[in-house]
Amino acid sequence: MDFLRPASWEDALAAKAAHPTAVPIAGGTDVMVEINFDHRRPEYLLDLNRVGELGDWEVGEESVRLGASVPYAAIMDNLRGELPGLALASHTVASPQIRNRGGVGGNLGTASPAGDAHPALLAAGAEVEAESVRGSRLIPIDAFYTGVKRNALAPDELIRAVHIKKAAGPQQYSKVGTRNAMVIAVCAFGLALHPDTRTVRTGIGSAAPTPVRAKTAEEFLNATLEEGGFWDNGRIITPSVAKKFAELCAAACNPIDDVRGTARYRRHAVGIMARRTLTWTWESYRGTDGGVAQQRGRVA
Amino acid sequence: MPTMPTNGAPLGTPTDVTQGSRTKGVIGESTLRPDGTLKVTGEFAYSSDMWHEDMLWGHILRSTVAHAEILSIDTGEALATPGVYAVMTYDDLPTDVRNYGLEVQDTPVLAHRRVRHHGEPVAIVAADHPETARRAAAKIKVEYEELPVITDEASATAPDAILVHENREDRHFAHVPHPNIVHRQPIVRGDVAAARRRADFVVEGEYTFGMQDQAFLGPESGLAVPAEDGGVDLYIATQWLHSDLRQIAPVLGLPEDKVRMTLSGVGGAFGGREDLSMQIHACLLALRTGKPVKIVYNRFESFFGHVHRHPAKLHYEHGATKDGKLTHMKCRIVLDGGAYASTSPAVVGNAASLAAGPYVLDDVDIEAIALYSNNPPCGAMRGFGAVQACFAYEAQMDKLADKVGLDRVEFRQLNAMSQGTVMPTGQPVDSPAPVAELLRRVKAMPMPPEQQWLAAGVEADVRQLPGGLSNTTHGESVVRGVGYAVGIKNVGFSEGFDDYSTAKVRMEVVGGEPVATVHTAMAEVGQGGVTVHAQIARTELGVAQVTIQPADTQVGSAGSTSASRQTYVTGGAVKNACELVREKVLAIGRRKFGTYHPAWATAELLLEGGKVVTDGGEVLAGLVDVLEAEAVEVEEEWRHRPTEPFDLRTGQGFGHVQYSFAAHRAVVEVDTELGLVKVIELACAQDVGKALNPLSVIGQIQGGTTQGLGMAVMEEIIVDPVTAKVRNPSFTDYLIPTILDTPTIPVDVLELADDHAPYGLRGVGEAPTLSSTPAVLAAIRDATGLEFNRTPVRPEHLTGTA
Repeated sequence: MDFLRPASWEDALAAKAAHPTAVPIAGGTDVMVEINFDHRRPEYLLDLNRVGELGDWEVGEESVRLGASVPYAAIMDNLRGELPGLALASHTVASPQIRNRGGVGGNLGTASPAGDAHPALLAAGAEVEAESVRGSRLIPIDAFYTGVKRNALAPDELIRAVHIKKAAGPQQYSKVGTRNAMVIAVCAFGLALHPDTRTVRTGIGSAAPTPVRAKTAEEFLNATLEEGGFWDNGRIITPSVAKKFAELCAAACNPIDDVRGTARYRRHAVGIMARRTLTWTWESYRGTDGGVAQQRGRVA
Repeated sequence: MPTMPTNGAPLGTPTDVTQGSRTKGVIGESTLRPDGTLKVTGEFAYSSDMWHEDMLWGHILRSTVAHAEILSIDTGEALATPGVYAVMTYDDLPTDVRNYGLEVQDTPVLAHRRVRHHGEPVAIVAADHPETARRAAAKIKVEYEELPVITDEASATAPDAILVHENREDRHFAHVPHPNIVHRQPIVRGDVAAARRRADFVVEGEYTFGMQDQAFLGPESGLAVPAEDGGVDLYIATQWLHSDLRQIAPVLGLPEDKVRMTLSGVGGAFGGREDLSMQIHACLLALRTGKPVKIVYNRFESFFGHVHRHPAKLHYEHGATKDGKLTHMKCRIVLDGGAYASTSPAVVGNAASLAAGPYVLDDVDIEAIALYSNNPPCGAMRGFGAVQACFAYEAQMDKLADKVGLDRVEFRQLNAMSQGTVMPTGQPVDSPAPVAELLRRVKAMPMPPEQQWLAAGVEADVRQLPGGLSNTTHGESVVRGVGYAVGIKNVGFSEGFDDYSTAKVRMEVVGGEPVATVHTAMAEVGQGGVTVHAQIARTELGVAQVTIQPADTQVGSAGSTSASRQTYVTGGAVKNACELVREKVLAIGRRKFGTYHPAWATAELLLEGGKVVTDGGEVLAGLVDVLEAEAVEVEEEWRHRPTEPFDLRTGQGFGHVQYSFAAHRAVVEVDTELGLVKVIELACAQDVGKALNPLSVIGQIQGGTTQGLGMAVMEEIIVDPVTAKVRNPSFTDYLIPTILDTPTIPVDVLELADDHAPYGLRGVGEAPTLSSTPAVLAAIRDATGLEFNRTPVRPEHLTGTA
């Protein structure tokens, strides 16, 4: 195994072009586990730790450009207001040590359906900034996950950053694991209210071959909220609407039975999380008359 | 049958210590452990940290299937790999002794023509780099022809079942009903049929206990260094040096004195290091290559490298009269021992003899068996057969209390055993058995406040809720439940085993100070034995300075660090050796100074603060002056009172040395919609006889309690029922409690002396592991109103989506 250590982003792109099988490594929280368990023996490891700008973020008008290596701990500390869903998701990632190392770029690169960031990115709306020596492009998050642990990157591309839409309304994130910390998701759910576009977006993790949105559920809810004038009158979402939304979210799952949980449980739990996160976000939205709400669910 | 001591004091009086009471750092004080700071700062050297110049790395090739004939093994390509020094298979073993085992020698050092479980060692490799060894092992070609797998009682005892072991010659074979049953122990006492007729209520239950792993954090590792005399020095993390030695030496073809073993840093054990792991493999490779060989398992391999807790199916029937008195109990306990016997026979004996729990039951019909199967081998783990039984009988107690219409705690108290109660084995409990009192104490503890997630303000603190930081509920569908359980565990090795320990104690003057040196072969696996040994030596010899020598095989056996026995047995051996040293020191003093003061002849003499003093406190001489250049040394074996085997037909016999009792109250909060559980508090009351180190005692109780919690809600090795392969051999998927899963654990320690034991102490390590699991299960049942007959209980069980 050769270890490539480019000193700059340009050198990294050149190295990736020269060695398309090279596996990029930043925090190493996924890659090293795979290597230690002997699940993977890449020909080349491409160490991105010398490329400092991957750890930077910029808060723009519409979105946050989050460098691929920005660790989860930094998201929790600095971007809770702009990216509340992703900050909540970051809290659920493994342990403090891992949160100091791992970042969203790694989650996207691995593209595991269990990656904690995915449901938050899907719900918020995001684009992945992929770059190669051939140039740079933005891949919509909905088109990024192409299969189990597969993504839309070309062999010579690296993830430079992810552009995540700044929250215009409340966002929530829930994850089920069989213990109260340091656990891989049995399933996860992200939900974001977008009062600016009067839409709701969702993201489901670990309940299908790829992270997915519950699009039928979103359409149902968007239509219901629009018809009832909910965005303006701030009415309470009725239990029957929440129930229907939850059922449609559960129906968007295509889960499997594995050692972490049954398919039936995953479908069931996604429905519960959908209902609860909808309730939390909507209550928050009502409470602040449409502004970016203070997030309920205090986390330290 | 041994008689009770008659020292005048009523049984159960707290031990009063005279000798040592004026010295600092003696028993009863929470002196700090010598390895504590090193461990928490990451400086402690564990066995996996060892290094030797010029050393090689060993690697083990393990079977990829659970049950198969080995048609061929081709090591050619592996041997030809640059950097590889040796590849060995069964055919390369140096002597005719090619099997080992704790009791039954049924485990091949390397597989011979057949593998019986997933992950069985097939070949070993030594290379100059661990990665080279791993790659070379991957080049070994093993041709398997798969056999049908035996995975449960039905497949094990089917008329056409393949025998896991042909030609058995072990001592249990003659009395088992089928060759795929390792051991069977019935216990019959009284007349169950007659007693059943007196019952107004009868409850039955079928219970399933999953396979738990010890999950010690320091994986199996050691370093074997070949010596010039043809022998080998083995530095190893183990629970019992001399038991290892007895199994290793014959395989190597060496006399025991040429296999010199030294304990290296042990990162936890819990029973998982009682069997051999890489010991023989490292020695074989070292002797073959003439170079030091180190082997370190990674976590994945560790799951295959040690035995687990027996999974069990338990069927129970209990009866009670309408005023709440137990009438009878019938049970059948089927333990899955997996492919090799390990400690299965003793686990069967424990499960059977403790199956009735800490209750008065005069009419019982008990049967316990362990199977041979193609599942992973199971053996010792904290609680050892008593854990599985406690989970089942405590569930039964709740069901029966509800039927009778009594409070669950009151019902237990009404039937609780006490000193003098006769066990199903016919053995009377001849020391305090404060079962009702322990229950009273846990019940009397203040309840944790409700809705603590709101304590800090208007927003929910998710860390206080089921799901924790995963943010699954802000209080929705969260229901509280409370559950109680109590258990009984034996202390020490039972059934007639010669369970001794050896201690060598030396006293001499070093640098103008009297110093005691304690040398035993006791494996310090984290239990704090080294702390307690120093306290005992200070107590008995009245010196400030105590040196604890590293444990090795240059001193006699200390027995195993298991069965809650080390403080009792090796502590007892240290105490005994110290007393003999004290007598010798006083004899020297009398010889030198006896003529100067009449008290040397007439008074009771103590050693305190480095001096010889009378019981009245008068100083007669300094130890420095008594000893001068002389050193006093004693090495002695020490035994607890003997036990007897259980009768193979009736199970009667004085089988156990001592009993230990703990009770728990669990308070849980369950998200009933998502099936997530947060244990809010797990209060424990335990009788420890005498707390030699109160802080360590609380640590043991909290640790055992947490291990029991893990078994209640998350810990399980999942074995595929079709292939018998392990599906979750990693800490990613075998979950153990984190600090966010670990509740407040208030501990109430009773000290009712057992007059048979040194200082009246009672082994503490295991009892809390028993009652913790059923208490949590009871609390979950209480919260949800659902009946769970298996542990661990997972979200899919709680939500009906399994």
